[in-house]
Amino acid sequence: MELKPNIPDGPIEKKWDRHRFEMKLVNPANKRKYTVIMVGSGLAGAGGAAAMAELGYKVKCFCYQDSPRRAHSIAAQGGINAAKNYHNDGDSVFRLFYDTVKGGDFRAREANVYRLAQVSVNIIDQCVALGVPFAREYGGLLDNRSFGGAQVSRTFYARGQTGQQLLLGAYQALERQIGLGQVEMFPRHEMQELVLVDGKARGIVVRDMVTGEVETHLADAVCLATGGYGNVFYLATYAKGCNTTAIWRAYKKGAPFANPCFTQIHPTCIPVTGEYQSKLTLMSESLRNDGRIWVPKAKGDKRAANEIPKEERDYYLERMYPSFGNLAPRDIASRAAKRVCDEGRGVGPTGFGVYLDFHDAIERLGQKKIEEKYGNLFEMYERITDEDPYKVPMRIYPASHYTMGGLWVDYNLMSTIPGLFVLGEANFSDHGANRLGASALMQGLGDGYFIIPYTIGNYLAREKFPAVAADHPEVRAAEKAVSDRTERLLSIRGKRTATSFHRELGKIMWEHCGMARDRKGLEHALGKIPGLREEFWKNVTVPGSGRELNQSLELAGRVADFLELGELMCLDALERDESCGSHFRLEHQMADGEAKRNDEKFCHVAAWQYTGEGRKPDRLVEPLVYENVELAVRSYK
Amino acid sequence: MDSAGGFARSSIGRKVIMASTGVILVVYVIGHMIGNLQVYGGPEGINAYGKFLHTFIHGQAIWVARIVLLTAVLLHIWSATSLTLTSRKARGIGYREQKWKESTYASRTMRWGGVIILLFVIYHILHFTTGTVHPDFVPGDVYHNFVAGFRVVPVSIVYIVAMIALGLHLRHGVWSMFQTLGVSHPRYIGAAHVLAWVIAIAVTVGNISFPLAVLAGVVK
Amino acid sequence: MKLTLRIWRQKDAKSKGAFVTYTAEADEEMSFLEMLDVVNEGLIQRGEEPIAFDHDCREGICGTCGFVINGRAHGPRERTTVCQLHMRSFQDGDTLTLEPWRADAFPVLKDLVVDRGAFDRIIAAGGFIASAIGGAPDANAIPIRKENADLSMDAAACIGCGACVAACPNAAAMLFVSAKMGHLAMLPQGQPERMDRARAMVAQMDAEGFGTCTNHGECEAACPKAIRMEFIGRMNADYVKASLTGGRRAAGSEGGSG
Repeated sequence: MELKPNIPDGPIEKKWDRHRFEMKLVNPANKRKYTVIMVGSGLAGAGGAAAMAELGYKVKCFCYQDSPRRAHSIAAQGGINAAKNYHNDGDSVFRLFYDTVKGGDFRAREANVYRLAQVSVNIIDQCVALGVPFAREYGGLLDNRSFGGAQVSRTFYARGQTGQQLLLGAYQALERQIGLGQVEMFPRHEMQELVLVDGKARGIVVRDMVTGEVETHLADAVCLATGGYGNVFYLATYAKGCNTTAIWRAYKKGAPFANPCFTQIHPTCIPVTGEYQSKLTLMSESLRNDGRIWVPKAKGDKRAANEIPKEERDYYLERMYPSFGNLAPRDIASRAAKRVCDEGRGVGPTGFGVYLDFHDAIERLGQKKIEEKYGNLFEMYERITDEDPYKVPMRIYPASHYTMGGLWVDYNLMSTIPGLFVLGEANFSDHGANRLGASALMQGLGDGYFIIPYTIGNYLAREKFPAVAADHPEVRAAEKAVSDRTERLLSIRGKRTATSFHRELGKIMWEHCGMARDRKGLEHALGKIPGLREEFWKNVTVPGSGRELNQSLELAGRVADFLELGELMCLDALERDESCGSHFRLEHQMADGEAKRNDEKFCHVAAWQYTGEGRKPDRLVEPLVYENVELAVRSYK
Repeated sequence: MDSAGGFARSSIGRKVIMASTGVILVVYVIGHMIGNLQVYGGPEGINAYGKFLHTFIHGQAIWVARIVLLTAVLLHIWSATSLTLTSRKARGIGYREQKWKESTYASRTMRWGGVIILLFVIYHILHFTTGTVHPDFVPGDVYHNFVAGFRVVPVSIVYIVAMIALGLHLRHGVWSMFQTLGVSHPRYIGAAHVLAWVIAIAVTVGNISFPLAVLAGVVK
Repeated sequence: MKLTLRIWRQKDAKSKGAFVTYTAEADEEMSFLEMLDVVNEGLIQRGEEPIAFDHDCREGICGTCGFVINGRAHGPRERTTVCQLHMRSFQDGDTLTLEPWRADAFPVLKDLVVDRGAFDRIIAAGGFIASAIGGAPDANAIPIRKENADLSMDAAACIGCGACVAACPNAAAMLFVSAKMGHLAMLPQGQPERMDRARAMVAQMDAEGFGTCTNHGECEAACPKAIRMEFIGRMNADYVKASLTGGRRAAGSEGGSG
């Protein structure tokens, strides 16, 4: 199959305008005749559902959480980028576009990124209108902060809770539509299967997580805004419930999965303390502005941090990247931490941690100033670790944080399955091989508020949608697949819990498909995962029944999908025989340890198409053409 | 405007009714206490004061006051009962364990405290207004009734206990009143707490001083 | 450390529940939910039903988790959700009683899991600014006093966990509702609907069967995001004003205050 990105013609700054003009419109009176399904209620999902409902479409929105307000967009701390240039510091749509393409190490589609930069401006306007209490200056205008990978201040923020505030804005808009009856909301419902009729996405099968009921919902189009799949690593900064099931079902129904190996590892997270650990907590990247990162020079140095004299410390980022120092980009800082820990110089009880030391900053600026800047983060750290970072250095370690890969979509955010749209982190489109800080929120809201409302209309206006009977063979088959799967999971009654499999998979993925990858490791992982999966289906134990609220069953279903996805990630990482952004192949690095791209062979999107159980998926390729940004070595030196 | 019924059925509406009738009652108890302080000046002053109250505007003022107070009391009781029932219903199954962090003895005893105060008020009217349960009631001789009434030790104890209950009720009630009527600025809500303490202590101490003064022989 | 847990077990919304006692081994570094994870792993391996509890982000922001530990919503630590609570807050040998949020407006679905849909319905009734997507003016078109924006953010920090209802001796939802109203009422964008919002949200709050506030302050003490009761005062004032005027101004007067 050929991947058609459907990028409009014309100069890049005119593409979106032109496309919007050329789109077919749905007459306002006809919009209510269409039903659209939205799976997920984060920034993209809630934003998209609210926007479409406002236009007049009937929307059915689903989320696994007990309320749409709890989607994991809520946890984003830092901010949201927008090319407003409110600070007269030289920002522009083109600069935001350029920074994002470069930050993604030239593996993103230019036209999509440009459009994202364009709508970024509208996003801020819209959020303010919806009541998002962004930080303000004394004059009453909006404040900005700077963030990694950019030389301008374009990040809007609401304390350390920007994601929460943006989501609440979208959630309130969604609730308004629910109140008006335009959106029917299904919380505690998890999508289990996609229904295709005549090749088009026409519905989903969900499980009511309270009653266990398996229900089918039919519609004229289906949108997936189900987030990323970083929980494949088990330990991640994702919410515990985040999963790949929805996009994985779509993948198995034929939607290609693009760049699955592009996963972002964030350098500043609180390290793991023990085997029982269930998740990792992010400490904002902004801490690296004032903290110095170091490990002891000697291997296995078990002295307390404050007892190690300065000359016996290795401020390795400052040593390796003298000009950027502690502010080296995320992927570089993460890999460096891994390297020193692998050398046996890591700190803390597990040896997987490095110090982030504020001693010098406190001496220079005084504790009060540091408190003002980072007080809430220090408090959060103290709460989790019981250590006072004003006195002893923080311990940090990288953790899985975001996935750039996802279902392949064209310029209209539609996958290769007609009527299946994919929004936000669930798609692959805008961040290439590495996402810049404060861009995830921008993409989620951009897709939801400003792109899907247009492109969905264009699709609906061009197609015919004969009614699908509730007992259509495709519907019956999808329902049966869901029930069978549940039955199968419940009937194994083995000896191991789903969590234990998840943890084991996570270790394999982290070890071999994490911050640094190589052929040997990936092949090793590819050898191990199928065995683990096989054991899962023979030896997992899921108590209870399918006809009740059963959290073990929910988890087992998700782990089963991660066990398949993990393999695809390794396969993608193996076949992408270059380093780019977050995807770092040890075989391909510059002398200074930077990622070495191979633009000749890999300047493309790799999208994997499912070909059947036990068969290797097809690797489809969408070439990336750079007409507006020159392909260059990404350098932050 | 909303229908008055709608407002009075809403949770906040009922609270506002409770708070605004509370304002009337608080003003009344303060005035009552201050008026009675005249007992320390001897029989002439307080008896003249009593006469004044009964004859002001041809004796109609007292009836106006009584009607206002009675209405306020009835509305206060109605809103309290109704809100209590709503809250009871809101938690059908309670906790096995519940620990308090912020609430006070005063806030937790509002309901029973209110019932005690109501019973007391009925007794108090029968005692000093109608004289029905007074051992030696002389209509018009306030001072005499006052002294004779408090000479009975158990009666004085009843008064003292009731005044402590009233003090607790005022402590939480007065600040609550401000909160319910919408005073929310941190500066003023702090002042409301102070005012609640001042009123509660003044009214309690002032009123308790009467039976104690009689028992101690200061007022005879 | 060794602990005795007395946990409310309830099969589903219709069944009657009861306390069941478990013993747990925990490590000081564990979070409270990780301690329960370990208990659950053990239960599953023995073929028993694990204890159902809601949780998601486990970093104190999504508001999914929450139950009562020894009589306190979210446990003993101030300004901390149960997912952020660590076992070092407890002693070896402690007996801990775990109960779901108790309020008829939050029916128990299973064990410690309750249905907080009432909160969503209150928001749907009026907890929003009806600004059409796409029609927004420039974000800097209306300057907002920093103090107001900050105050609005204080209220907007609410995570909707329901601890205020759980801790309230009356099972009232005033802190939650007032936080949302306060968030929007502090902003100029929230003014046009301010009065209608006050009436609609309070009406829905009452219809959901929450109790009524008697100003104890337990909500404020239990709130993991330190939302202050002053927002309840603001809500009361708005509601009274809205009820007296129906949100309408006298003819000829200019709008724009607030």
